[in-house]
Amino acid sequence: MSESNPSAAVPLNTIVEHDAAVSDPTRRAMLLTALATCACLAAPEPSVAEDDQPGSNLRPQKADTLVFSEGDHAGEAIKPEDLKLGGPPVRAWPKDPKTTVIRKGSRLNELLVVRLDPAELDDDTRSRSADGIVAYSLICSHTGCPVTGWVKQASGDKLVFKCACHNSEYDPRESAKVLFGPAPRRLAALPLAISDGALTVTATFIGKVGT
Amino acid sequence: MTTKHWLLSSSVAFTCLVSAAAGAGPIENYSPVTSARLEKPEPGNWMLYRRTYDGQGYSPLDQINTSNVKDLTPVWTFSTGVVEGHEAPPIVNNGVMFVATPAGQVIALNAKTGDEYWRYKRQLPDDLFQLHPTNRGVGLWQDKLYLATTDDHVVALDAKTGKVLWDTKVQDYKKGQYLTLMPLIVDGKVIVGGSGGEFGVRGYVVAYDAENGKELWRTFTIPGPGEPGHETWSGDDWKSGGAPAWMTGNYDIETKTIYWGTGNAAPWPGNTHPGDNLYSTSVLALAPENGRIKTYFQYHQNDSWDWDEVEAPMLVDLQKDGRTIKSLIHPGRNAIFWVLERKADKINYVSGWPFVHTDVWKGIEPETGRPIVDPAHKPVIGKRVEFCPSLWGGKDWPSAAYSQKTGLVYVPANENFCGGFTGEKVPLVAGQLWLGTKPEDIGLKVRPGADHFGELQAWDPATGKKVWQQNFPKSQLFGSVTATAGDLVFVGGTNDRMFRAYHAKTGELLWEQKTNSGIVGMPIAYEVDGTQYIAVQSGWGVDAQRIQDALATQNNVGVENNVPQGGVVWVFAVKK
Repeated sequence: MSESNPSAAVPLNTIVEHDAAVSDPTRRAMLLTALATCACLAAPEPSVAEDDQPGSNLRPQKADTLVFSEGDHAGEAIKPEDLKLGGPPVRAWPKDPKTTVIRKGSRLNELLVVRLDPAELDDDTRSRSADGIVAYSLICSHTGCPVTGWVKQASGDKLVFKCACHNSEYDPRESAKVLFGPAPRRLAALPLAISDGALTVTATFIGKVGT
Repeated sequence: MTTKHWLLSSSVAFTCLVSAAAGAGPIENYSPVTSARLEKPEPGNWMLYRRTYDGQGYSPLDQINTSNVKDLTPVWTFSTGVVEGHEAPPIVNNGVMFVATPAGQVIALNAKTGDEYWRYKRQLPDDLFQLHPTNRGVGLWQDKLYLATTDDHVVALDAKTGKVLWDTKVQDYKKGQYLTLMPLIVDGKVIVGGSGGEFGVRGYVVAYDAENGKELWRTFTIPGPGEPGHETWSGDDWKSGGAPAWMTGNYDIETKTIYWGTGNAAPWPGNTHPGDNLYSTSVLALAPENGRIKTYFQYHQNDSWDWDEVEAPMLVDLQKDGRTIKSLIHPGRNAIFWVLERKADKINYVSGWPFVHTDVWKGIEPETGRPIVDPAHKPVIGKRVEFCPSLWGGKDWPSAAYSQKTGLVYVPANENFCGGFTGEKVPLVAGQLWLGTKPEDIGLKVRPGADHFGELQAWDPATGKKVWQQNFPKSQLFGSVTATAGDLVFVGGTNDRMFRAYHAKTGELLWEQKTNSGIVGMPIAYEVDGTQYIAVQSGWGVDAQRIQDALATQNNVGVENNVPQGGVVWVFAVKK
């Protein structure tokens, strides 16, 4: 094909808006003034439009329940019997039982939930588990990728969490200790209990979520 | 504080646009960058990704040469303070060096002394997901410079102070859109292409006004309905078919044509997106004034191997069979060494040959340049398929170089690696990995009997003959190559942390230096006050490390997973 496809060139701003804070000259000037005088300005995390319900951005809270975040049962409550002993883990969102809001407004809220033999868990992990069920942040502490793998570890025989991006491995039996790869620290842990047959969160994250 | 409160209340300005305090800055007597200077750069400068618009990666400096390179000595170093893959060439403009690093950082240094002028550090969002945490450099125009970020913005900085002048959102990082390349600057336009071939994006190249960040044009690398080439896709596959454009293009200043490489079709297994899938795995010829696609060449059809062909082809005037061919030269990720002819309205196939072992291609159609695929080695849904070379190809994104003195092309190749995966149908979720296989299923296997992996190859592109080759018995070769008029070829790229200089004519190893980390970045040559320097960033990571993981854990070849990380800029000169 030759000399083709002139219409593939899309003129001027039809696809993406500019960051309004910067493209507007007055606001840009204000920004630049601010930059000249301060080192770093924290700002609130942006909301996601379709999930912009009160509480959807909040990290998991005490008494939250857990729901599947993917698959045919996405949005449905995770019951202990849904989890097979020894894995694989399932991906989950926390849900506010009072408002029924699923906290999927931030990817930093997504969880990995896996059922293990309580005898395999170290003391800290066991204290946060419910009948061998443990929950961790899905977000790798290296560069923020989702930790989705459940594979035999690189140097050993245990099944472990593995991040697909850069191969970091975590052991859910030992507070998600890093076993392999570039991750600088363990995954944040979320303490669980079983209440009236449902998995519930008993405290906020232990440890830092993400990078 | 009023301004600060105003900012904090804004829900739009969520990204910090902060430049840290200056060291020795601001820079005085900074040399503005013009079209004339970019089109014909002074021998002592390195202001474009490959120094010149033709992408050759060749420096005319010869003060450091085959006779004195043995005395090459570090003159200064500078710690970048971050880990991950340091892939960018240090960019040098009349004694000022700009170093881009992972984590959206730019450091301005005195190129002679290593003293810091200023440093810009982007505050990346907490929820950013970086599959490729890297950056390949800053573009220059007038007294500004331009950084493309992994949270998908293009940022203009004042070259003298590091202050942010404008910041334009390109697309939404939450949907897997991100940028890692060095912007191409042509006639006051800042041109970038998006990453995201593993997230089901529709690739594009976009140009901004260098003065104010306003979008001038955007050309999708997958044609939409009604556009030529759209018929090479089925149904809605074009909307998420990949063809990212994550490396800097080259530019023909005579015909005013940009040559830009494109990446993999998505997801990986070919039968999930039947058809030729234009313009994935291609080179596009673009008009800089409006982004119009003048013509193209597709290196292979219906990509199924994640073989991005994003490194732009080198523009070389090739003497072949008694005539001068205005050529495009591209050692492909698909293992084929391509020689093409660039015409105003067409790119002709001239010749092609495998430069590493491959079992995927049975040959190349001589009239069209279409490679003929062996279906037994083409990944599909539902069964495991093995193929050679691996996902990382015969040569990944690290650049080859062309020496105008020797007429040879120097290729950082990887031999004896094969790959495989089991294709599976996976629903696309915006912002999540979309490979068409389980990530943990991706393998890299060393071929039985292999006695080396990395190869530095020197090819005569006119004859297709290999002139010399250096083998690396225990390492991949994953770093860009630079050639100089001193008849030297510089490259890092190995897991033993070495930086090496070879004789461009013979391949003899003339000099080496062990560095802090492994080198995946691009070496450059520059000159200040009559002294020639060689510079490179040492900072291992990203795909060089992924291969290292595979060698250490999936193959019993005596390779350990112990390459240290952490970036350092190294600058060398000959001891006087």
